[in-house]
Amino acid sequence: MDSKYLNGILEERKDFIFCNSKDGGGKLKCEKDSVAGSVSQRACVYCGARVVLNPITDAFHIVHGPIGCASYTWDIRGSLSSGPEVYRNSFSTDLREQDVIFGGVKKLTAAIDEIASRFSPKVIFVYATCIVGVIGDDIETVCRMAEKKYGIRVIPVQSSGFAGNKSMGYKAACHALLRLMGDQKHSKVKGVNFLGDFNLAGEIWIIHQYLKTIGVNVISKITGDGRCDEIMKAPAASLNIVQCAGSMTYLAREMEEKYGIPFVKVSFFGLEDTRMSLLRIAEALGDPEAVKKARQLIFVEELKIQSRLDYYRKRLQGKKAAIYVGGGFKAISLIKQFADLGIRTVMVGTQTGRADEYEEIRNITEEGTVILDDTNPSELVKFIQEKGADILVGGVKERPLAYKLGIAFCDHNHERKHPLCGFEGAVNFAKEINLSMNSPVWKLVN
Amino acid sequence: MLDATPKEYVERSGLVINPAKTCQPVGAMYAALGIHKCLPHSHGSQGCCAYHRKFLTRNFRDPVMASTSSFTEGAAVFGGGNNLKTAIKNVFAIYNPDIIAIHTTCLSETIGDDIPSFIMGAQIPEGKYVIHANTPSYVGSHITGFSNMVKGMVKYLSVNNKKSNGKFNVIPGFINPGDMREIKRLLNAMGVPFILFPDTSGVLDAPMTGKFELYPKGGARVEDIIDAGNSTATLALGSFASADGAYELEKKCKVPQKVLKTPIGIKATDDFLMTVSKLTGREIPEEVEEERGQLVDVMVDCHYHYHGKSVALFGDPDLLIALTEFTINLGMIPKYIVTGTPGDSFENEIKEMLDAAGIEGKVKALGDLFTLHQWMKEEPVDLLMGGTHGKYIARAEDVPFVRIGFPILDRSVHSYLPITGYRGAMRVIEMISNALLDRQDRDAADEDMELIM
Ligand code: SF4
Repeated sequence: MDSKYLNGILEERKDFIFCNSKDGGGKLKCEKDSVAGSVSQRACVYCGARVVLNPITDAFHIVHGPIGCASYTWDIRGSLSSGPEVYRNSFSTDLREQDVIFGGVKKLTAAIDEIASRFSPKVIFVYATCIVGVIGDDIETVCRMAEKKYGIRVIPVQSSGFAGNKSMGYKAACHALLRLMGDQKHSKVKGVNFLGDFNLAGEIWIIHQYLKTIGVNVISKITGDGRCDEIMKAPAASLNIVQCAGSMTYLAREMEEKYGIPFVKVSFFGLEDTRMSLLRIAEALGDPEAVKKARQLIFVEELKIQSRLDYYRKRLQGKKAAIYVGGGFKAISLIKQFADLGIRTVMVGTQTGRADEYEEIRNITEEGTVILDDTNPSELVKFIQEKGADILVGGVKERPLAYKLGIAFCDHNHERKHPLCGFEGAVNFAKEINLSMNSPVWKLVN
Repeated sequence: MLDATPKEYVERSGLVINPAKTCQPVGAMYAALGIHKCLPHSHGSQGCCAYHRKFLTRNFRDPVMASTSSFTEGAAVFGGGNNLKTAIKNVFAIYNPDIIAIHTTCLSETIGDDIPSFIMGAQIPEGKYVIHANTPSYVGSHITGFSNMVKGMVKYLSVNNKKSNGKFNVIPGFINPGDMREIKRLLNAMGVPFILFPDTSGVLDAPMTGKFELYPKGGARVEDIIDAGNSTATLALGSFASADGAYELEKKCKVPQKVLKTPIGIKATDDFLMTVSKLTGREIPEEVEEERGQLVDVMVDCHYHYHGKSVALFGDPDLLIALTEFTINLGMIPKYIVTGTPGDSFENEIKEMLDAAGIEGKVKALGDLFTLHQWMKEEPVDLLMGGTHGKYIARAEDVPFVRIGFPILDRSVHSYLPITGYRGAMRVIEMISNALLDRQDRDAADEDMELIM
């Protein structure tokens, strides 16, 4: 990237930053470990596994490790349930010094016993945290023995890697899900699995409703508002629709290979993506009736929201946005959504975006947009200010940064307050952006 | 959400359900943020650091900066020495702090990294400092981590050069920036020269300026922590979070220490101010006397709101020790007291207070919220007090709830407004009374609804 932008940027970080120019070459480095000494915004393998599996509402999730890992992930995801609430409790082995020295197997066995004897669980997930790998606890065997003893599923989640980032945790979660689905042959049913929606603020319910309206049968939701039984039936489905590509493409590929289920990638963020996704699903099912109904649904829903969106478009036209989110897929959707509202994206970064996603980001943003991989607060602050962004979209750690800079903020992560997907989600998104951007509070900040 | 909690209490040996604590590093990070121009550094994989920053950010709603050694597979096998050296170099080059405060994580502890020797081998620019604390998460809790980091500050920085500075030291413990401010206000009102460390006021409750400051104005100055070795005495507020730092100062620099309760409630605040007065020979000024008088006035005005009400308390040990005393002083019955932090001394100290007050209560260190919930199911209480996670129990048992302590993730402003000192005590009374009276209003039949309460 052009050196004039790079004042005060760590030498090792320069290849991870890119300023979009249509004719110039240059390639962004990504999918690498963070630099030692950086204030990385990234999370770990365990975190990745946990956020994917935790929304399974009727499973018991035991964190095998010291207390921190359990307490930081206790009910933070914001995934809603329409039924069971077990998943919102925190179960852990709270490893102590003794266990680290002599091994934690005994404690884990006791923990599983205590759950099995008290709560009659169907499925228990056992997460390995980073030190479990180092002290060498054989959780596979513990889980296998518990399965035998209680006749239930006890599934180890191999999330103890410390080197990798969240994406490897996603993979560990996918492996656990495959184990839950098992090797049994299922007779096929017409219907889809919905992969990669975690039901934040109830989003999966909106999409579910759309699918119902166009006559598509949902076999299982993976994992938002998920149920163990439902997921075990997933292999019977005829199509997988994959939303959070970062976490779930792997699972979709494996399911294609193992159960012969083809998949399509979708996104329900923003009107354009929602529209395309509904049609893509209907077409992939080869169901002309569904295609017709999808068209109808799109027409009706869009009609309902246009005037409301226009209201916000007027108020937001010409503003500038900065984006920093987990995966590339979401960044892409957000850029399009902003464009639809007349907002230009001037900076965009992700924690774990892939090369192909960055390429697409480059294609859909305008010249001069700063693109970053695995960034840190100083870079965020620098580019937000230089580019004059009016709003930042990000997660927990980014919120106070934006506020300190006196600009608006929207949480598009675990702490989103309203459903942001589908047609009504597009309105909620515009509403939330407007609420923050046009708040009178900014008048008090110089 | 808590439908599954059975009433009958059974001992558990393997399982913690709904913890009342978290891990050491987050406490160490919080303490380190209380040094001006300090960048806390997490020696381990990046995930821990992200968690700890997020957790503090959620509680304080301010940016929390910290760097990480970003362990790789190799680091876990061969040790994290190289990562740490690179990290120190990078951090000084880019973030340019005055001091780096390193804490370890489970991982670096388990593989046995020797931090002092790594620091020795690192390039540290002239006039800059690097300190460290060992914070294995499988020992103690976040409070232990805080305490260890304070101890680390003393170990690395404080020096006795035989010239008394005429000041005295205050270690405030794991309390909010608003409370640290309040303690400083009281000391200033008394006109005594003091050094307070760590001090997160002005860091995690920094004012809005429209600029992002990597190092906000607040925080204890490194020079002051060094000079703490020349002070005449140290007051440690809270035996769990602050005592070890004070002992270390005594050992290293011969500064005599006294450990007191966190000054929450009338008696603990009295003790704090009288001790300061005794140590410095300064009178307690009229304006503070007046505040005390107001507090007693409020206690008289409100006593019938809460007298005889039973309360369950959970959270960090220093807070609970002070709150137990205060609620007893208010005529309440602290029936269940649970901390996640281990420590027999906690149970003993609380039991003594309960015995002296003739209260039959249950107390548990290294406990969890599941246990507390079971106790409350066995025999209910009138009020629950603790951090945000208590709200699920409050809802399940339909008990009024006062948010106090750490973490509070679903409300704001708590980090700005003190619960320490006489004015803080008034605020606690207001919270307790309002919670109880709101409940009374909610439940009152039409004919019982009262205008004046
Ligand atoms: S690995 Fe250890 S230090 Fe890191 S979050 Fe978990 S408990 Fe805390």
